[in-house]
Amino acid sequence: MGNLSIFAMQAFNGLSTFCVLLLMALGLAIIFGQMGVINMAHGEFLTIGAYTTYLLSQFSERFAPWLLNSYFLVAIVVAFLLAGALGLLVEHFMIRYLYKRPLDTLLATWGLSLIMQQVFRSVFGAREVSATLPNWLMGSVKPTANIDIPINGLLLIGLTVILTGIVFFGLLYTRLGVQVRATMQNRAMAGAAGINTNRVDRLTFAFGCGLAGIAGAAFTTIGSTGPTSGSLYIVDTFLVVVFGGAQSLLGTIASAFSIAQMQATTEFFMTGSMAKVLTLSAVILILMLRPQGLFALKVRS
Amino acid sequence: MSNSAKPSLVRRLAATAWSTQKSRENLSFLVLAVVLLAIFPIFLDVFRLNLIGKYLTYAFVAVGLVLCWGYGGILSLGQGVFFGLGGYCMAMFLKLEASDPASTSIQSTPGIPDFMDWNQITALPALWVPFRSFPLTLIAVVVVPGGLAYLLATAMFKRRVGGVYFAIITQAVAAILSILIIGRQGYTGGVNGITDLKTLLGWDIRSDGAKVILYYVNAVLLLGGVALGLSLLRSKLGRILVALRDKEQRVLFTGYDVATIKRAVFVLAAVYAAVGGAMFTLQVGFMSPSFVGIVPSIEMVIGAAIGGRSSLFGAIYGSLLMNFGKSYFSEAFPELWLFVIGAMFIGVVMLFPDGLAGIDLPRLFRSVKRLFSRSTKPTAGAGIGVPPEAASAPTGGVP
Repeated sequence: MGNLSIFAMQAFNGLSTFCVLLLMALGLAIIFGQMGVINMAHGEFLTIGAYTTYLLSQFSERFAPWLLNSYFLVAIVVAFLLAGALGLLVEHFMIRYLYKRPLDTLLATWGLSLIMQQVFRSVFGAREVSATLPNWLMGSVKPTANIDIPINGLLLIGLTVILTGIVFFGLLYTRLGVQVRATMQNRAMAGAAGINTNRVDRLTFAFGCGLAGIAGAAFTTIGSTGPTSGSLYIVDTFLVVVFGGAQSLLGTIASAFSIAQMQATTEFFMTGSMAKVLTLSAVILILMLRPQGLFALKVRS
Repeated sequence: MSNSAKPSLVRRLAATAWSTQKSRENLSFLVLAVVLLAIFPIFLDVFRLNLIGKYLTYAFVAVGLVLCWGYGGILSLGQGVFFGLGGYCMAMFLKLEASDPASTSIQSTPGIPDFMDWNQITALPALWVPFRSFPLTLIAVVVVPGGLAYLLATAMFKRRVGGVYFAIITQAVAAILSILIIGRQGYTGGVNGITDLKTLLGWDIRSDGAKVILYYVNAVLLLGGVALGLSLLRSKLGRILVALRDKEQRVLFTGYDVATIKRAVFVLAAVYAAVGGAMFTLQVGFMSPSFVGIVPSIEMVIGAAIGGRSSLFGAIYGSLLMNFGKSYFSEAFPELWLFVIGAMFIGVVMLFPDGLAGIDLPRLFRSVKRLFSRSTKPTAGAGIGVPPEAASAPTGGVP
């Protein structure tokens, strides 16, 4: 019985890590996987979402107690809109000049991320802050006496499932989604077919940033937020996307799952940092054997 | 009126020296040598000279990056790994020399580095044993980072992984190595790094005299590195590199072994970085994981980019400028530094892809004049002076 509950808790830990990775990777999978733009500031868009949630929780605590129970849902929407709007601006003033120079987007967006981090630090201070969780998010579910499943973890999982579903449905069935895929697969032909590819680029980038904002809002339920919170995840997230096969959403999900489970399992046997070293090394080794990632559409050049 | 012939002679000489790419490079090399070997040592005191020496160790990395990124099109975000490995190899030797049984007699195990003793390690780990020997250490400084670069490059380039993917994977390697160093405290000194380095073969490296000598060793090594880079770029290999950066497929189809060439230049860049790292340890007296991870690696890239990614000379001045700016701002306006460096990243990528070396001064002057005659809008970064010797770079497109 004891072993079983350890196993269940361990699996749940892995599941939470999976959700964190997947939420971050979703936006990146769209921006990097579909557009080929390396957005190193992706983590900072996530931080924007997290700070938005924090601000809303402070606001409702002071001025609108009636909002306390539901501010989180508002925060998700506001985080999406804010991060998305900023994404639009960044695309307009920076990214669109760099589509033909992917390595340069990497440097430019890294610069952007440094500036954003300093802005966060100047505005919110270097200390980490955390949003006040509504009561219904506290506590845990106990299916048996030995297993404790925290509710905020369940919320994270639920949110991940819903968002992934939306992204999948959106890319496969909506008009914009089809346009996005067409543009990414063959820009010239998509343009010839009457798709405004500049508009598609803009919206895709903004949507990816908005997703990062939502991920940030979700993160506030499981951890605190600091100016550099987002940048801690950026390398892992890129590895998730590359490992999964850059152009495949299904691959992103599979790779987030395997990396998270690998991390959670090894963490059980050794220290966190060694577990991370082992996981990252394993990912790199597998990538050396299979450079196209887990699920590949075609061999990249 | 008597010296009316003089300017024309000077002008004629200058025109000759500036006439061809090759003579421009030779002149730039001469200017660099004079600046490094004469001007800095004459006008700066030992403290500042040591500081410049420290910045110049980053210039090694930048020169390597010009070769592999500017000319080869291979962006590595993991140069800190090689810089750090070179530096750690040197630091391990110096640390063992500093921890002789006599001076560590208060430890529970005398004769091993102090941080090992603090971490309850009772015997020197096998990893450290080769670093008792100076020749082996010198070999390790080159072979360990070079070997890692060789392995990485073989695995990646032979499978035709390049560009963005290579950059991300090198970045992950940087993350792994810094986590590993911080995590294995007993073997590496952890987050503090390897400190309290005192002597090199009995010679006190902390004295003023030693600092000046080390500066000269560093400068001469750097000049040698630049000379090697120049001759490499003038050779056939240099032309293939440029071709490879611009149209890899065509070079491949012409029958060249692209993967081997890319591997060679990547390993060379790693060795440059490693030599810089070893010189860093010698001049600064310690090595820590803060020079290994993702952030320092990217700063090295931006140093090269600011100076000019396709100019060996520009990259050196760029690294100097960038590191000088870093220490100046982080002392005077710590909260501004991230804004400045962030803006430099964006500015150099969007406005000056070829960095300082790529600024065409006369054209810039004309466009500024045009801008001012139209409106009074200020121009970003237009005031940056470019050293004339940095303007010798062939302007290369970005892959």
